[in-house]
Formats: sequence, C-alpha cells, structure tokens
Amino acid sequence: MVDGADTAWVLVCAALVLFMAPGLALFYGGMVRSKHVLAMMAQVFGAAAVVSVLWVLLGHSLAFGPDLHGVVGSLRLAGMAHPDDPVPGFDLHVPSTAFAAFQMMFAVITAALLAGAGADRMRFGSFLVLVGLWVLLVYAPLAHWVFSPNGWLAARGVLDFAGGTVVETNSGASALALALVLGARRGWPREQMAPHSLPLTLVGAGILWFGWLGFNAGSALAVGGLASQALLSTHLAACAGLLGWLLVEKLQTDHPTTLGAASGAVAGLVAITPAAGFVNSLGALAIGFAGGVVSVLAVEQKVRFGYDDSLDVVGVHGVAGVVGTLAVGVFATHTVNAGIAHRGLLDGGGVHLLLLQLLAVVVTIAWAFPVTWLVARGVGRVMPLRVPPEGELEGLDMHSHAESAYDIGGRRVAGRMGA
Amino acid sequence: MKLVTAVLKPHMLEPVKEALEAFGVRGLTISEVSGHGRQRGHTEVYRGAEYTVDFLPKVRLEVLVDAPEADDVVAAIVSAARTGKIGDGKVWVMPVDAVVRIRTGERDVEAL
Repeated sequence: MVDGADTAWVLVCAALVLFMAPGLALFYGGMVRSKHVLAMMAQVFGAAAVVSVLWVLLGHSLAFGPDLHGVVGSLRLAGMAHPDDPVPGFDLHVPSTAFAAFQMMFAVITAALLAGAGADRMRFGSFLVLVGLWVLLVYAPLAHWVFSPNGWLAARGVLDFAGGTVVETNSGASALALALVLGARRGWPREQMAPHSLPLTLVGAGILWFGWLGFNAGSALAVGGLASQALLSTHLAACAGLLGWLLVEKLQTDHPTTLGAASGAVAGLVAITPAAGFVNSLGALAIGFAGGVVSVLAVEQKVRFGYDDSLDVVGVHGVAGVVGTLAVGVFATHTVNAGIAHRGLLDGGGVHLLLLQLLAVVVTIAWAFPVTWLVARGVGRVMPLRVPPEGELEGLDMHSHAESAYDIGGRRVAGRMGA
Repeated sequence: MKLVTAVLKPHMLEPVKEALEAFGVRGLTISEVSGHGRQRGHTEVYRGAEYTVDFLPKVRLEVLVDAPEADDVVAAIVSAARTGKIGDGKVWVMPVDAVVRIRTGERDVEAL
C-alpha cells in the first residue's frame, strides 16, 4: 500500500543524496591543486552518470532483486523490468521505483568517493571503466548482503542503517586498493600539495552535510519518529565530529584549521551513518566525536605507511566507517528502534551485536579490498590507469580535458582555449 | 639622484604612499614580489601535513629622488611602514647616473 507522505519523503531524500555528488566535487575539487580541479570534478560527475546507467541496467537487480542464496539478487529486475513488483524482503509503503532511485544515489556517491584516492594522476576514461565494474562487482553484492533483508549478513542480524559497511568501510577499503595499484602521485610526499581553494572545500562539505540528512533520515524509508531521530542524530554527529577533529588539531599544532573543520564534520557524518536509526542523541554525539578524533589520528598515518590516498578516503571514510559500524554494537537501543533483533552493549544486549558488527566490518574489508585490487589491475591490463608523467606535471585539466578552471587577469592558468 | 627601493608588507603600501605624497614625492613605481628575510616564511598545516612556505607576498616600491632628499624619504618610509613585528621589510638607496623623462627629453632633476 503506497503512502503519499512516505513516497514524497523518499523522493526528496533521493534528490538530497544526489546533491551530495556536486558537494563532493567541490569538497574534493578544493583540496587538489588548481591544475587538477576540473579533472577531479569531472570524475565525480562522470561516476554519477556511469553508475546511474549501470544501476538501472544491472546493479539494482543484483543488489535488490529476488534473492539467490543470500549472496546476490537475480536479474529479474534488470533494466528496471517489473517496476510494480514489491522489493523482495521489504515491507515498503513507497513505489519500488522510488526505492530504486534512492538506492541508485547511494551507489553514485559511494563510487564517486573513489575519485579521491586516485586524484591528480588517474586517467578519466580508466576511472569511468573502473567505477562501472566496481559498482557491479563490489558494491552491488555488498549492498545485497547488508541492505537487503534477504542478504546473508542482514539475516544474521547485522545492523547498518545507511551504509557504514556498504558505503563507508567499503569505499575506504576500495580506495586503499586503488591507491596501492595506482602508486603515489609524482613528487609525493616531498612536494607541497596543499589544497588550492579551501573555500570550495568548505562549501562542498556544507552541501555534503545537507545532503547527508537525506542519506540517513531517508534510510528510514518512511516519515515519522525514526526518520526524525536519524536526522537529528546525523546533524549532532557532524557537529561532534567537527569539534573532535579541531580539538586534536589544537592540541597537536595549536591551530584548528578550516580543512580540519570540514574533514571532522564529514568524519562525524560517516561515523553516524550505520547508527543513525539505532541510537539516541547522546549516542550520536559520542559516535560523531569518536569519528572525528579517530579520523584525524588515522590520516596522519598515511605517510608513515607510504600509500598515497590523495584525499584521505581511507582515513576519513574507511576508519570512521569502522568506528560507526562497531559503535552500533555499543549504542543500539530498543528505545529508538524496537525493530532490531539484538540490542547494543549499553542497552543490556551483551557483546553479541558488537561481534556481529565486527564480522560485518571484516567481511566488508575482505571483499572490497581484494576485489577492487583485481578490478583495478584488470582495467590496467587493458588501458593505462595513469596519465603520462607530463600530464601529471601539466595538470589533468589541461591534459585530459583541454580546459582550465581559472582565468586570472586574462591570463589562463592552464588551457588551450583561443590558442 | 638616488633610487630608493623599499620592500614592504602589502598592507603597509597605503600609509607609505600617503607619507611620500605628504613629503612631495610625485612619482613612484610598485610591484608585487615575494621573498623572505632572516625570519624565513611560515608553516601551513593541512590534515596533519605541515608545509613550509618560504616566500611571502610583499610589495616593492621604487622612487627616484634628488640626492639631498634621499635620507628624509627613507625616514618617511621607515616611519610609515614600521609595525615593530617581524617581516616589516627593508629600504635601501642606490646612486642613479641619469634620468630622462621620455615625453619631453628633460634630464636628471628636471625629469623627476
């Protein structure tokens, strides 16, 4: 039975989640050097297009089609066939197409996150091929395992409200694999690679924050108390994450930075994502704060471990995603969501849920990392993954797109227009 | 004649310009430059990565004056540009052999 209010809410939330893509483009675009900003944004927009098309053709059916042994969906819904079929396993009061559109936007933003790991060196075409394969081979099965009630992890009682495993831990582990296959940017970490426009990054973070309210509160798939708590928790966690990151920076360097504020808010949002519909407001504050503090400490390890995850997808999304997914096992409570099979540690549920959440984290990493690594190596056998050295030096904007972002005083920073 | 060159903090350009106008200096040239003195640059922090920025933005001001006025012009610049903090800049004076006003062909003091 379709409910008008629920449908309106899910459709609005689908649009909010889509808005995260240009938000991410700005967030990432500001963090790269000026000669790479358009290429960065092109990859995010390109990923949105490729993933949306493939999601309709195959991805949605693999993730949410009729279940095959808890492992993957069948191809019955491929090409959005049978749009009037109910989504297997769910008791939805929204049209299946609204649900499909909402889930499509999740796949879009998750795939787009990978652009951050290959920033400043990955070829545009290779990136699009990679995210296309990745969304079908890595994302869709994971989404089935966790998001579909028929998936083998969900059936065991694993809780993931809006994607701590499928979106965050997955993108972090995949980003690490991609960064390792690609190799470091030329000159990293000796050369200075400071962000070229922190105002862009802050505007992008603000848009992400706004869209994230739809990402998490929309995951209730209905209007009402659960969506309300999820929205409130999401905002609180972002605030706590921002403060946590800045506190660490203040203690370490005496300078709370604007990039830290943006990063901390995102880390808080990441951490609350799996928990938004299971924890109360105080739990959300604790989870967001932990996400911010742990993430800032994690990104500082990048140079020590020697992998060039350019924009810290591993440190921010991967690590905070793990923090949030485990925190569900601590803070999940029946007072917020009576529908959950197991309660968290603090609600008297013992360690059972915590161990289930740990299993989900381990399975997600054990799937995402090697499969992404193989996909990247496979694509690399067919077409170069990286631009040639002179392309990196010249800037990807000019090299890959024959455009330049900025025209300062009539002098183009890079570009061929009019030449 | 002398060429007085000053390297200043960019935001001190306006008070220095006013001081020179009050002194009666009619022409001056400025350019945007970057560099550092003894204190070197500063450190910027991005997600835990610290970058040392050696070259800081400065303004270079050049003014041609009659030799007897040079010391007073230097004093006016120093007085207007001083904040007392690190990075206030430097002023130096060099001899000038000849000056020609291109429009009229006037030379030396007449050309100032």
